[in-house]
Amino acid sequence: MARLIRMDASGHSTLAEWTASDDTAFAAATGEFLDQLERGYIGTVPDGPGKATHVRELPRDADLVILRRPIAGG
Amino acid sequence: MAGAQALPELASVPWRPPTDRSWLRRRAYVWQAWTALYTVPFVIAGVVIFMLEPWAAPVSLLAFAHAWAIPELYAQRGANVVRPKGPRNARAEPVAQGLLGDLLAHEPRALQARTGLALERGALGAWLVGEGGALLVVPGGRRVHCFCVRVTDRDLPPSDRVAHLLLALREDEVGFATVANHAFAGAPWRVRRRLPAAMRPALAAAR
Repeated sequence: MARLIRMDASGHSTLAEWTASDDTAFAAATGEFLDQLERGYIGTVPDGPGKATHVRELPRDADLVILRRPIAGG
Repeated sequence: MAGAQALPELASVPWRPPTDRSWLRRRAYVWQAWTALYTVPFVIAGVVIFMLEPWAAPVSLLAFAHAWAIPELYAQRGANVVRPKGPRNARAEPVAQGLLGDLLAHEPRALQARTGLALERGALGAWLVGEGGALLVVPGGRRVHCFCVRVTDRDLPPSDRVAHLLLALREDEVGFATVANHAFAGAPWRVRRRLPAAMRPALAAAR
């Protein structure tokens, strides 16, 4: 089961879950993902140690997609 | 580290050149030159004053103190980037710590739990990522660059702040360093003595 999670003040929240074969769940997850992008979140797929990929569309085959806030110089 | 895609946050700093290996090398030379520039004159002044008038030894000592204190203040500024800062959000922290732990391999996870700094090895060197900044130990371990960088949401628990920076670093290492503000470059021992004691083993592990 793939998960879309958002890092937020609660630690993190699971916004959606889907499987590659479940079109309805994936469509709902995609809608949630796009909604979060509009709110300023950035989609990231952790690809194992040392790797992550910025995504603008929800990848159907990812196990985990994390929504993070932008970073800036302090 | 992946680094195939540019970090989206780079759009907010279009004027900055990429903080790559050669940029870091140049910046390290500049810091070295600055350190000499504001230290050597005080040392020379202290010696000359004492030679001209030994009774003016207290003034010489003041000059030496300046020569010692100014580089220390800069090193303090460098070490400060990884000091814990902001709200602790203790209620959400265990959940955030769990997610951060999932992102780290076994040894970096244990190191982060002990020191608060996440060790990440990249093409530019070994990074130590904290809540509001990161240290970069260049290959060979003779120099450390200190970067001030933070997530824009201050309500996040500390481990989530680390996870944000870690994910951004993994997406695009040069982009991450470019977005961050460079605060200091110098020898690791200068930063080490200014770090909280609990964080010092992380710097040793990164070298």
